Amino acid sequence: MEWPTTRRLHRDDSGYSACYCKHPKRAVSAQLLKAETLARTTIEEGSLNIAVCVKHIPDPNLPGELDGERLKREGVQGVLDPGDEFGVEAGLQLKEAHGGEVTLFSMGPAVALEAVRRGLSMGADKGVLVSDDALAGADALTTARVLAAAIRKAGDFDLVIAGVESTDGYTGTMPSTLAEFLGLPQLTYAKSLEGAEETIKVTRQTADGYHVVASPLPALITVTAGVNEPRYASFKGIMAAKKKPVEQWSLGDLELSAEDVTVNQSVAGVGVAEERKAGEVIEDDGTGAARIADFLKEAKVI
Amino acid sequence: MPKVWVFAEVHNGKVDSTALEILTKARDLPGAEVEAVALGPGATDAAKQLGEHGAGSVYASDDDVYGDFIAQPATEALYQLITEHSPELVLFAANYDSRDIAGRLSAKTGSTLMSNASEISDLDTAQHAMFGGNTLVDVKLEGSPKLVLVRPKSFEATPGGGEANVVAVDVAIDDELKKAKRLERHEEETTGPKLEEAPVVISGGRGLQEAGNFELLDQLAASIGNTAVGATRAVVDSGWVPYAMQIGQTGTTVKPSVYLAFGVSGATQHIVGMKGAKKIVAINKDEEAPIFQIADLGIVGDALKILPQLIEEVKSRKG
Repeated sequence: MEWPTTRRLHRDDSGYSACYCKHPKRAVSAQLLKAETLARTTIEEGSLNIAVCVKHIPDPNLPGELDGERLKREGVQGVLDPGDEFGVEAGLQLKEAHGGEVTLFSMGPAVALEAVRRGLSMGADKGVLVSDDALAGADALTTARVLAAAIRKAGDFDLVIAGVESTDGYTGTMPSTLAEFLGLPQLTYAKSLEGAEETIKVTRQTADGYHVVASPLPALITVTAGVNEPRYASFKGIMAAKKKPVEQWSLGDLELSAEDVTVNQSVAGVGVAEERKAGEVIEDDGTGAARIADFLKEAKVI
Repeated sequence: MPKVWVFAEVHNGKVDSTALEILTKARDLPGAEVEAVALGPGATDAAKQLGEHGAGSVYASDDDVYGDFIAQPATEALYQLITEHSPELVLFAANYDSRDIAGRLSAKTGSTLMSNASEISDLDTAQHAMFGGNTLVDVKLEGSPKLVLVRPKSFEATPGGGEANVVAVDVAIDDELKKAKRLERHEEETTGPKLEEAPVVISGGRGLQEAGNFELLDQLAASIGNTAVGATRAVVDSGWVPYAMQIGQTGTTVKPSVYLAFGVSGATQHIVGMKGAKKIVAINKDEEAPIFQIADLGIVGDALKILPQLIEEVKSRKG
């Protein structure tokens, strides 16, 4: 299968403009980035260069807590977002089918390296972690802006993959914002996906069914849980991950200033919702079904 | 007067009900001029309903391009309209297409985007719930326009507006924005009432043990009547039932008169989508299951044993 390099996201030396090399006149302007010397990734022709976004989150199996106004993260056991494992797996499967490379991108404090390592132990080739004190409390817009800068700096990618939403913040908008910053079309809520010659095709979840959606590459896709069965990291994979390259960048490395990551939303107050109270809880001694039927009768639904 | 916009999805000529809910809320915000934007086939016809729910003007285009391609054309049109009319606040339903469009728009306008709002307090403050709805967080937004995604069923849609003035939208969409194309559309077949509209909702979780046992829920739904069947994310992820049946944070939000949960543990992600039910009945083997903390009636027992009995009990009571 031929994957001509021409469809890659291309950046010329005059700036970070993305375009099809075949059609330079269709160049999509980059919204915020300045020119920089590039370390171009060399990927063989006929293979895919894949970026996968991953997030380090507090273990979702533990009860969440607020630390003042934000989700408590410090001192809380963290994991690779389970939703992102589907993204990593999707990237690995495409790489296995077409050849190429999978690079993980994450933004978070130094401890987020754990999530990147986890993805590397599944089989991703390398990682990039952007950490900066100025990024504490970043919103989805800022996160997308930073990841877009990191992805552009790291190379030319055919495909950017993300989970539909994070398990901790579940805003679900970061990938779309990222796609816009990168000037890429987006195929979202993928239940399944297939790569073909120069396009990617997904079945996209809708409220009452699904749509089949396709786009030429480069593109961004978001995957739902259930799109695949994420592999477990083998012992060998875990050992290998320790030696895989991970770049750690600050905002300065991305030519972004603290001003570029100013967040325009703040917590004005935290309150407690009126809680539902537990009613009667009884052990089923054979009359459980009758109790429920009585309840339905009282509620006038039968 | 500052403008508040509501982006209304239109599918198969029908206005998304969440847009009507949000309009109903928006028209009560003091000191705001409420307008709507509808893009895609059926948009112009939708203006009547949008007006009835509070939109003074509706910016509409029936162009197929908005339905045929994902997010990019609609983002471009909205961006141009925003540049021209400078709304202070743009409200979206937290639905599939709107989430995509709002996300892209945030990059274009550089304005912050808040997700999962369940209350709009004023033109720059909205509220969202955390931890299964126990904690409410007020979020203050700065900059213009502020972008907010509102959860379905946060408000009740009631007519009471007037007649909308229709403004035709004529935006040239560059070919560069026509890439992610819808090739096929499939709708899952459903029988009986819709999940979000049914007065009684029955849901099944992992406790049902296997996909085939959902048949018991269908039988119970048939015996009660006017009842819809839903499921937890765990069960949908396992491929037992289609996603259209998922109730929760991702999936459908339901507010029935009675909610019956069989073998559902009560993960936060699920609770968020059903805690608005008037009455909750939960059946679970594990007496520690969190669902019992919000149930009006909890039965600690085997859902698979109780279901056939309950079907008979309901039948006999209905005579």
